[in-house]
Amino acid sequence: MNDFAGPVVVSISSRFENIEVVQLVCENVCAKCGFDGEKTYQVGLALREGVANAMKHGNRFDLSRLVEVRFEQGQGILRIEIEDQGEGFDPSKVPDPLAPENLMKTSGRGILYMKTMMDRYEYRIEPGRGTILVIEKRI
Amino acid sequence: MKSAIKDVNGVKVIELQGKITIGSGDIQLRDMIGNLVKEGQMKILVNMGGVTMMDSSGVGELVGCFTTVANKGGKLKLCNLTAKITDILTVTQLITVFDTFDSENDAVASFF
Repeated sequence: MNDFAGPVVVSISSRFENIEVVQLVCENVCAKCGFDGEKTYQVGLALREGVANAMKHGNRFDLSRLVEVRFEQGQGILRIEIEDQGEGFDPSKVPDPLAPENLMKTSGRGILYMKTMMDRYEYRIEPGRGTILVIEKRI
Repeated sequence: MKSAIKDVNGVKVIELQGKITIGSGDIQLRDMIGNLVKEGQMKILVNMGGVTMMDSSGVGELVGCFTTVANKGGKLKLCNLTAKITDILTVTQLITVFDTFDSENDAVASFF
């Protein structure tokens, strides 16, 4: 049953501990959307990657900068927007983590996670704003 | 993340439980394996049976630990992977890098 009214918006400072808080909200939203355990796990994992990237690459751990996470649904889709307050981070410049020369690197797999776990992944950089990441999962 | 280390016939077996995620389990894992390497341990097995979630930082740390151990001439292997962890290692193509085993006994025996 889907009884998620939304939207729900959460703002957090750029501390990794806060990822747990957003994930709890996410799990609640997923339950209201009627997601099963597997889908909830996938959305939660993708969300964690997006928020961690926003803190690291967007806000560069500046605690005065927030990460805003917005959950909403429409047309049978759960949509999550993750916005940082950084200078704009271009994920397309991240090297392919599956290339043989990158396989043993210790970082650079977050976008792969999000693309794998979600039905849609995109980002945009708007003047005067940070990077806005959008991930979607069909309900 | 909770962890415990035991010795089985000279193999250091690390049992992990919970999340290996950014800012928590990832650093713990690095420190634990780093300390074993400093002690000169060359046979390290990570029992992943209790791991419920591993994000890209956790995977990154596992790769880093693998390299650290290999650079010292040792071996790091994995056992008891859950379906979720197997999926992640498959997606990241790291399943081809790590030696993985269904049981701890088989994994320990493989070191000899």
